[in-house]
This record gives sequence, structure tokens and C-alpha cells, in this order.
Amino acid sequence: MTTRHVDVAVIGGGLVGAAIAFGLRAPGKRLAVLDEGDVAWRASRGNFGLIWVQGKGQGLPAYGTWTQRSARAWPALAEALRKNTGVDVALQQRGGLHVCLSAEELDARAAKMSALLAQPGFERYAIEVLDRAGVVARLPGVGPNVVGGTWSELDGDCNPLRLLRALHAAIAAAGGEIITGAAIDVIEPRAHGFVLRSARGIVECETLVLAAGLGNARVAPMVGLVAPVVPNKGHIIVTERVAPFLSMPLETIRQTDEGTVMIGDSQQARGFDDTLELPVLAVLADRAAQVFPQLRGVRVNRTWAALRVMSPDGFPIYAQSTRHPGAFLATCHSGVTLAAAHAYHLAPAIAAGTLPPEFLPFAAERFDVRAAA
Amino acid sequence: MFARLPDPADLRDVVDVVVDGAPVAARAGDTVAAALLAAGVAHCRTTPVGGAPRAPFCMMGVCFDCLVTIDGIGSQQACLVAIAPGMRIDRQRGARAIDGTAGPG
Repeated sequence: MTTRHVDVAVIGGGLVGAAIAFGLRAPGKRLAVLDEGDVAWRASRGNFGLIWVQGKGQGLPAYGTWTQRSARAWPALAEALRKNTGVDVALQQRGGLHVCLSAEELDARAAKMSALLAQPGFERYAIEVLDRAGVVARLPGVGPNVVGGTWSELDGDCNPLRLLRALHAAIAAAGGEIITGAAIDVIEPRAHGFVLRSARGIVECETLVLAAGLGNARVAPMVGLVAPVVPNKGHIIVTERVAPFLSMPLETIRQTDEGTVMIGDSQQARGFDDTLELPVLAVLADRAAQVFPQLRGVRVNRTWAALRVMSPDGFPIYAQSTRHPGAFLATCHSGVTLAAAHAYHLAPAIAAGTLPPEFLPFAAERFDVRAAA
Repeated sequence: MFARLPDPADLRDVVDVVVDGAPVAARAGDTVAAALLAAGVAHCRTTPVGGAPRAPFCMMGVCFDCLVTIDGIGSQQACLVAIAPGMRIDRQRGARAIDGTAGPG
């Protein structure tokens, strides 16, 4: 068994772990990312690719602020990745639309957005409620069933597969080691640091970051943390490539930089089951075809389902172990949107050794309150 | 690059089609891909992202490299469509448009 000695070990090579590791890289710092491999539940390879702000933070204004910070930091992240790796992650931030297919849907959406923005302490931004003409002005090809929608200029998207690849390449270029097939057997806290035992040997580190997605539920208690995350299943349909027709992403439909159309946004609690369900795909396809009737003539190339990493209230968990202060935990279901915040705001806090008070709203203790009540 | 095997027993009718606006004599029973190859068409499309030329490859509906525009409808698999008299076949540049037409090229 080999033993590696590093300053920082990150458990989880998905978008959350890789973004944090990217933000942690520094001259002379020894960095290892332990990744379970392709047997892992790969939310990072199954996701939709939105950088989405609109509508987030109902019930936790700090999450709205955090999401906006990430969206604002995204151009710097995309540029840094391009400079470090030559990979273009196809960042677009020209706004995004949520479209509604009935008057009731639109009324409910508008009410939800105004309630969101009216929360005390919410960092406000413009969410425009559009009637049909307003949607048509932005998306001329929408079908007759589209009655309106909401629009925010903060939304956008990127190519999430290239994002993951670029983050890994940048980590490696900075001397970080990405160890695959390294499912964690056990974490042993020591007086100053941690010993991680995995199928790929032993890693000893001073600072430990748990970013193992759904796997965090298992490993967090090993260092005195909790991560009550469960799978949330999402289906995605991908079409053949078509010439660019969609100038901005919708919450449920986007066109990639390479021309394919992605259709998604289903949410189901199905445990660890990522098998396809035809009725769900049918609903996704039908709604997409109502929004853009011309999609009916476009071939579907692939469909898949993947598992989001969902906390009880849907918000991220960021935590530092009280018992073992060198251990940090990060988990969320928006690894793309929050990648820039993880790289540029969370990672520096971890590097400094303490999560500042702004992270308190995201501590896992918030779930204890409900249990005690 | 390709030529039909000399076959005195081949009594199939000649079928006239149009490729990129020019008349081409195919044979009854040809797929569009076979007709294009026999007519010496070197590539039938360019890729949407890199713009690289592509020609029919697998000839059995799997590789999707033989996409062409047939009678105005883009992204047709040339190896799976039988030619018909007067068929209008256009090589495809890049992705088709969402409305089914050839796209901006």
C-alpha cells in the first residue's frame, strides 16, 4: 500500500470537489483529489449545465446571495480555466427564461417570484414577468400554448462536461493529484490531520474536504459531521444537433454550444434508482414540444436519468467539524451554478482554516431544529 | 473513389436524381448513400462543430456520418433512404435547422 502525504485532500472528484480543489491550488501546496471512479453516482456527468439564479433562495435568502455571488464570479472562472487549460467551457450569461403554459402557471410563478424578492434580507435583483408578447420578443419560435414567463438577466449556462474536464486539467497542471478508484473505506482523525484509507492506498492530510455528493452521507460521520443528503432523480432528453435557434437557456430547455438540445428538469424521489421512466420522458418531451413545436421534428439522440444530491430543505450544506476542525464538508445540487463560488469564495475560507460567519446559514445544524421541535 | 462492379446481369433501371443541383444517374434500388458514392461524391456533409468533411461510412444506419438534405429536409440518413425518381439531394453543411430545412450552412 502506498502512502501519500499531502496538505489538502478532497474526497470527491465531481464538480463540487473539483471546483474547491481548483480554488485551493497554490504554489507549493500538495493537493490530492480522491475520486470513487465511474461506479460513483455521477451527478457531475448527468447534469443539465445551467448557471441559474432566478427563483433560488425562497426560505433562505443567504442562498440567493450565494448563488448571485457565484454567477458574478463565473466569467473569471471561465477565463481562468481557458487560460490554464485551453478549454472553453462555453459560458453564456445573457439571461434565462422560465416559460409558462397556462395562465394559472404564470400567476403562480409571478406570485412565487415576488414572494422570493420580498423576503427580508433578500439581495434583490430584477425578475421580469413577461406576457406572451414579452416571451415572443425574446424567443420568436415559441408555440401558441406559451402564455408568458419570467426572465432574469443573471441566468446562463455552460458546457458542464467541459467544465469538469477543465477543472481536472487545471488541478493536474498545478501539481494536484487526482486519484481515481479511491472509494474511501475509512477516515481516521489524528491529532493534526487525517488518515484516509482507500482501495488506492493511504493518504495522510492536514486539511480534509468532503465533497463526495451522495457519498457524503456515509463519510461525514467519520469526522464528526453530518450530511443528510438523498438522491433526487432527474431525466434528460438530448436531441440531434441543430443550427442555433435558442439565444438563451430556458429552465427546462437549452441548446448546447455544439447544437444539441437538452430537455430536462423532472424531479423525483426514487432512492438510488436511475433507470429511465418513459412516462416522465413523455411529459418532458410534450412540454418541450409545446414550447417549441418545431422540436417535434427533431430526432432524440439520447435519454438518461441522473441523481441530484438533495438536502432536506434543498439548500447547500457547508460545514466545518467542531471535533476535528481540519475537516470541511460541502454539498449542493447546483454544482455548475455554484462552481465559481466554490472556487473563489469557499476554497479561500477553507485555506484560511475557518469558515467565516457568512457560511453559518448553511450549517447542517439547521436540520436539528426541526428534529427537536 | 468508388465504381460499380461491371455486372452484365444488372438490368436495373436508371433513376435520375439531382445532387447539389446537378443531374445524377442512379440505379433503381440504390440507397442515396450508394448513389452518391457511385457518382463520385467525395463527402456528403460537414460536421456541425468542426466543419470536417464526412462521407457515408457504415452504410447500415449506425454511424450517422452520411447525413444529407433530401427534398429540403435536413439530417436524413442517406444509407437508409432508397432513391426515387427526381429526388433532390443536397450535401449538408453543418447542422440542420430546427424547422427541418437544411440550415444556414
